[in-house]
Amino acid sequence: MKIIDSTLQPQIDSTLDVARVRADFPILKLQVEGKPLVYLDNAASSQMPQPVIDRLVRYQTSQHANINRGVHYLSETATAEYEAVRRKLQRFINAREDREVIFTSGTTDSINLVMHGYGRKFIGAGDEIILTTLEHHSNIVPWQMLAEEKGARIRVVPINDAGELLIDEYEKLFNERTKFVGVMHVSNALGTVNPIREMIAFAHARGVPVLVDGAQAAPHMKVDVQDLDCDFYAFSGHKMCGPTGIGILYGKAEFLERMQPFKGGGDMILSVTFERTTYNSIPHKFEAGTPPIAAAIGLGAAVDYLSNVGIDAIAAYEVELLTYATEQMRQIPGVRIIGTAAKKTAVLSFEMAGVHPHDVGTLLNQEGVAVRTGHHCVQPVMLRLKVPATTRASFAFYNTMAEVDTFIAGIRTVQKIFI
Amino acid sequence: MTTKSLYQEVILDHNRKPRNYGKLDKASHHAVGHNPLCGDHLDIDLNLEGEHIEGIAFHGESCAICKASASMMTTVVKGKSLADAEMLIKEFRDMATGTLDLAHPHHLGRLTVFAGVRDLPTRVKCAILPWHTLHAALNSVSTTSTEAEDDPMHAAIGDA
Repeated sequence: MKIIDSTLQPQIDSTLDVARVRADFPILKLQVEGKPLVYLDNAASSQMPQPVIDRLVRYQTSQHANINRGVHYLSETATAEYEAVRRKLQRFINAREDREVIFTSGTTDSINLVMHGYGRKFIGAGDEIILTTLEHHSNIVPWQMLAEEKGARIRVVPINDAGELLIDEYEKLFNERTKFVGVMHVSNALGTVNPIREMIAFAHARGVPVLVDGAQAAPHMKVDVQDLDCDFYAFSGHKMCGPTGIGILYGKAEFLERMQPFKGGGDMILSVTFERTTYNSIPHKFEAGTPPIAAAIGLGAAVDYLSNVGIDAIAAYEVELLTYATEQMRQIPGVRIIGTAAKKTAVLSFEMAGVHPHDVGTLLNQEGVAVRTGHHCVQPVMLRLKVPATTRASFAFYNTMAEVDTFIAGIRTVQKIFI
Repeated sequence: MTTKSLYQEVILDHNRKPRNYGKLDKASHHAVGHNPLCGDHLDIDLNLEGEHIEGIAFHGESCAICKASASMMTTVVKGKSLADAEMLIKEFRDMATGTLDLAHPHHLGRLTVFAGVRDLPTRVKCAILPWHTLHAALNSVSTTSTEAEDDPMHAAIGDA
């Protein structure tokens, strides 16, 4: 059987042709409230380029069947394509082996897998789990559930007013009961890029494994799991130009092998009798039931697309967008940027004096500008920074400087309405 | 109705200068309303005398739509009978959720400036919260929420 691996060779280009890139995204031609859509909610979910849409159509029209089951042509094709995506993702994050890449439904599912598979087996009464103030609820709640079940304790790394982790305090939290660290690579609400490489090294020197929530990093910067030396790395397809319903858990093989399965069902077993079930080897041990095959194929195409544009070019261009938007924003009186870390991705959270974020969001929508408003699933961050909610503009490589201008003009319009 | 017509001068004015804003010295009834999606909350104090609302005041943290809705609500229900207040609560909720036909007789008067929220599903809760909280206060329920089971807009708006 011919194994079709449609990997395109990455052509690393230091400059990004945004007009060319935009032409690939049909949704960007949309009009909202009679104005051209300015999509600045990329941290919530990114948009999908035509090559990914085409790939989904091609899979669905000529390659679909269930995987790992049939001996027929379509099943073999779908299985080969699905496994080719696993290798693609392995290369994308530079994992040592493809069996270290597990398909999940998303970052939340990935974190829950680690909590059930590793946490419930290796974390017990009196043990401590270190998390950070910046964590998304999805990297807090599963560990709280575990702590409650096991009688374990959660310790929290504080942040400063800029939204940066206090690394001295992180290091002070370690003791002989510390069994696990969960930290996000990039803050979804503030854009802070955390020094995870150093944090991982510190934890490893004390024999503590580290899970990284990479949902906001994978689409915006080169991720090398071997260089980071993280034990787990979780991210989502839909935040990186792929479909919803698919995500990745990278785990070091030695950890994954020691872990217990999370979900039971077909595909994750070698043999089943009512007396005894033998589990499959990794990664299949963690992929029970029919996975979202089409979504996985789409994620593979998304990774090809991002690699073609060039992750380094994307990162460099997004810094330009952030720098420009931040400069423009700082010139508006009464607007305060929330999250001013020295190292940030293109996320701009802010509050406006006298205007509630919901009103800002609704009125910006009237200008065709899509932003996120609310607590961004990080209520502890909001509590710490003493803001009930913020408005967040989050940029992607297909946004333009002209869109930043539209956004800034929209902010000024909101102010005029409320003065 | 467009978004622009929702943010009419009357709404902006009540947001800037909310009427009956604060607390009552001696409240006979009280309720707190929460909108967990945005963290907004609203306190309502009531003074009931027999079957009438003698006094009403509100305070809290909320968006312009919610604050203006609360402010206008207090001016309208003050002095009304409990039965009239409950009728207005029902009519306002029906208008906000788009089930009230404004062409038919109703008692909402200038409260119809909020009719536009029916086209903004994520903002319906903002407009309804004060009325929900008033209903709770009238019925001596100490706290309420836009996520309460009896809320017609209970459907989740999204939390990613």
